[in-house]
Amino acid sequence: MPLLIETLLKIVFMLLVILGLVPPLIWAERKGSAFIQDRTGPNRAGILGIRLAGLIHPVADVLKLLFKEDIRPANAQPILYSLAPFLLMAVALTTFAVVPFGDYLEVAGQRIPLIVADLNVGILYVLAIASLGTYGIVLGGWSSNNKFSFLGAVRSSAQMISYEISLGLALMGLLLVFSSLRLTDIVAGQGQLIWGFLPKWGVVVQPVGFVLFLTAMFAETNRNPFDLPEGESEIVAGFHLEYSSMKFALFFMAEYANMVVAAMLITTLFFGGYQIPWLPRSVLEAHAGLLLPLLLACTALACGWISQLYFRRAQQERGKFHDARDREPGLLGGLFVVVALAALLALALRPWAIGPVGASVFATLVQVSAFLVKVVFFSWLFIWVRWTLPRFRYDQLMRLGWKVMLPLGLANMAVTALVVALIPGAKG
Amino acid sequence: METKTQKILPERAWSKRFSFRESIYLWEILRGLGITMRHLLRNILRTREMPTLQYPEEHRQYSARFRGRHRLVPREDGSPRCVACMMCSTVCPADCIHIVAAEHPDPSIEKYPAVFDIDLLRCVYCGLCEEACPCDAIRMDTGIYEIAADSREKFYVNKEFLLTNDADGTL
Repeated sequence: MPLLIETLLKIVFMLLVILGLVPPLIWAERKGSAFIQDRTGPNRAGILGIRLAGLIHPVADVLKLLFKEDIRPANAQPILYSLAPFLLMAVALTTFAVVPFGDYLEVAGQRIPLIVADLNVGILYVLAIASLGTYGIVLGGWSSNNKFSFLGAVRSSAQMISYEISLGLALMGLLLVFSSLRLTDIVAGQGQLIWGFLPKWGVVVQPVGFVLFLTAMFAETNRNPFDLPEGESEIVAGFHLEYSSMKFALFFMAEYANMVVAAMLITTLFFGGYQIPWLPRSVLEAHAGLLLPLLLACTALACGWISQLYFRRAQQERGKFHDARDREPGLLGGLFVVVALAALLALALRPWAIGPVGASVFATLVQVSAFLVKVVFFSWLFIWVRWTLPRFRYDQLMRLGWKVMLPLGLANMAVTALVVALIPGAKG
Repeated sequence: METKTQKILPERAWSKRFSFRESIYLWEILRGLGITMRHLLRNILRTREMPTLQYPEEHRQYSARFRGRHRLVPREDGSPRCVACMMCSTVCPADCIHIVAAEHPDPSIEKYPAVFDIDLLRCVYCGLCEEACPCDAIRMDTGIYEIAADSREKFYVNKEFLLTNDADGTL
């Protein structure tokens, strides 16, 4: 029974992380793309004048989509048409099960591994579930009974077949180096150092594999340069052309959930998961009494500084809008003051004297945060690349997949196998 | 003259157009990412220097010679200076000025416009009416360019409207 509750809590945590990251990512997509293109981006929607630089816009979007009419084309396949968005979302929300988001949490003398299901064939599970995602797109495109949707579905399936091979091959080298399919083993292996100073991250031991995996992951998540199934300039909106209301929202959310999951996989496989380079768990635990107050002091200072920036802006922009928006900088500055005061209050509770149990929890929290920071960075990478690169033409996509990535993946696997076989100690 | 045509296969054309460094993509992608990140950081750090105007709150400053909505210049007694000579409605390329002339009670003034209507939806704001007017009676110096109304009829403005042209853009 405790195991069940424990697992449920972990699932809830991961779901909260993935779904909680979706609105900020949509915001980052809109605001980031705007700033990259020298535009201002969303800044209008607000609740009582609080606009948070456009962060309220996703809320407004969701409200709008909730109240929109759910239209089903007359000749669509009713069951498959409704099933497709759920399938895509379900797949996006299933992959994380084998991703370790922390080492372990020590509660009441018990060590809880911070992973939902520690499968010994974790990577196979990831590959198997990830390829199911295509079904959502293919079924959605086909059941809409629309030529453009159908083209999107066909493109998606062809693209998935081409890039899944490279995806698998890119992971082969990693498997040879860490000689395990279990993701916890791979993350633990990445905590070591090569020659005493270089973190043994997947990206360091398998740079070619990383580039191949990243590229294939972009293709898997249907993000630009590989968003041909959507291809709005060619096939209108591709597979989700006929969808409206919350079904469309599900497709939209699934895209971002997929991005977060892809970022989690990249982090786990190639960037050490929750590991912080040169700061292993033992060091974190031993120096918790020093690190925790330091962290709190830094938080207090940073929040104080940010609040000063907001207060200065409130003074400069007094009476700019003549409505509730004028209060926003002052309110946000006040919020940061409260956070800074809370950090100072925590400092007054003598955090340098936390016991070994507290130190263990502290180390776990720091590692989970490290994992989340990496995940957010790679999620941002997906957005960043989208607004940098143009979309591939279809023949270019196929050439890259079959004539570049597949041979490179095979060569990478062969070289890695040779190195692992010939050099003793190369295997971790 | 004889031009030598040689069929370039797509693959050949590809290798000709790109150097080796460009054809492996990665370096060029990183450069592209650098460019976009530069724009992003510049706009985050200097949001206020962005060229965008927050329109309803901020307005673009136009020059004093900007041709906005028309107005009729009044005499000292408040009646329009216009003598209904029909120069403006003749020169108007959009044919948007409608004038009906009538005899003025003052014998020193020949005529006055009984009706002076402008269809703002037809007007192309070319300013020819201003130039044609012999007594400087019609001007486009109000600077008003936010012209909005909820029906076509409201854009058909009459003499009284043009004489008391207030700054509010709506009709």
